[in-house]
Amino acid sequence: MESRLRVLLLTGLMAATSGCSLFGRDEPPMEDVSASAPVISPEVERRKIRTPKIDTENFELGPYWGLLSVEDFGTASLLGARAKYHVTESLFLEGTFGRSAKLGKTSGEVLGNFDLLGPDRTYQYYDLSVGYKLLPGETFIGSRWAFNSALYVVGGAGQTSLGPDDQFTLTFGAGYQVLATDWLALDFGVRDHLFDVDFTSGENKGTHNIELTLGINFFF
Amino acid sequence: MRQLLLIAALVFVPLVTPAYGKTSHYEAVVAEPFLELHTGPGRGFPVFHVVDKGEQIAVVKRRTDWFQVRTRTGIEGWVSLDKMAGTLDTAGGPSALDDATADDFAGRRWEMALAFGDLDGASVISVNGAYRLTRNLSAELQLGDLSGGFSDGWLTTVALVHQPFPEWRVSPFAALGTGVIHLQPKATLVSAEDRTDQVGQVGLGARIKVSKRFMFRAEYNSYLTFTSRDNNEELDEWKAGFAFFF
Repeated sequence: MESRLRVLLLTGLMAATSGCSLFGRDEPPMEDVSASAPVISPEVERRKIRTPKIDTENFELGPYWGLLSVEDFGTASLLGARAKYHVTESLFLEGTFGRSAKLGKTSGEVLGNFDLLGPDRTYQYYDLSVGYKLLPGETFIGSRWAFNSALYVVGGAGQTSLGPDDQFTLTFGAGYQVLATDWLALDFGVRDHLFDVDFTSGENKGTHNIELTLGINFFF
Repeated sequence: MRQLLLIAALVFVPLVTPAYGKTSHYEAVVAEPFLELHTGPGRGFPVFHVVDKGEQIAVVKRRTDWFQVRTRTGIEGWVSLDKMAGTLDTAGGPSALDDATADDFAGRRWEMALAFGDLDGASVISVNGAYRLTRNLSAELQLGDLSGGFSDGWLTTVALVHQPFPEWRVSPFAALGTGVIHLQPKATLVSAEDRTDQVGQVGLGARIKVSKRFMFRAEYNSYLTFTSRDNNEELDEWKAGFAFFF
């Protein structure tokens, strides 16, 4: 039984292979096709590839207003400008420049009737920071309105000009941005500016200066 | 009456036509079974609309790696770059929105960097702008702001930076430059004079790629100040920061 099956399979195989060679003989050799002149000469024009000009909006710029609490010198109103460059959908770089209104007096200045800060009683600073959008999403106002918004954290460093000298300043903060339209954003922010001063007490002392701001930013 | 109409037409036509001209956005055709539109340019924004295969969309603008598109029915939403790769242009060719140089760090021309560090005991904040001249060489301009316990000042240098392996994930570089340093002693100290000196710069550093266009950057620079005093001063600077390509 087994040998008969083997014979059957073998004959089948022989038939198949001879059939293959038969078909193979029927086919014209490949060389002949390429050697004969083409019926249609290809005159395909090369497609011009151009990168489409698309308006990119990775920058954000705008003014802000707020309150700045300067350690020992009270709280003053604040005016500044902030620019952001969005590197990815989450990551951005931020540059800030701000200047406070005239600062108050320390109790020492009032009681001792002297002036620690000199003629320019303002707090002026700039900083460069990196920010990350932690919670991108939507903010709902009632059932009709939904605005794109994001909660972000920032950290960086800069210089502060207060009194006689400039101080190296670390800045940390967080903010909440709501997009009113695609190109206009409201930005609520909190920042802490940390630096050392020596002119208030005669020895180096770390200070925290916290600001609360509201900004209007334009994308371009 | 006809004259009046003609004048009105002359006045209003130029006002109206630019609006039509403005609609010449790049057009794409959805090639995947569907294309999702998000409410904002980010993964956190919900999908609110789906465009079917074969429908045409206009690309309005781009923010980072997201595109704002407008459908034929006027619905506007945001699509990510990798989803836009699943569209064809109106001639049926592959999407032209692929960033050809997206993963090619060597292909970028402009770089900007922020760095914070220490220059011989003083804190330094610097901004660098670099332009890539060849695959390995770039020209770099540095502006630094110094503030220390004893003096404040600024530093500006121009350097030639050589990056032997721009395609490496951690890519080292060497810098050779020259510039000017200005130091002014703090007012609370017994006053010494302000001084401005020329400096020579030799530096070593590395870039570490984080994402397509963003990287960490750390470097060491040695500045030799050419003073009119007896000794030339040497200043060491260590700093680290971020850099990104335009």
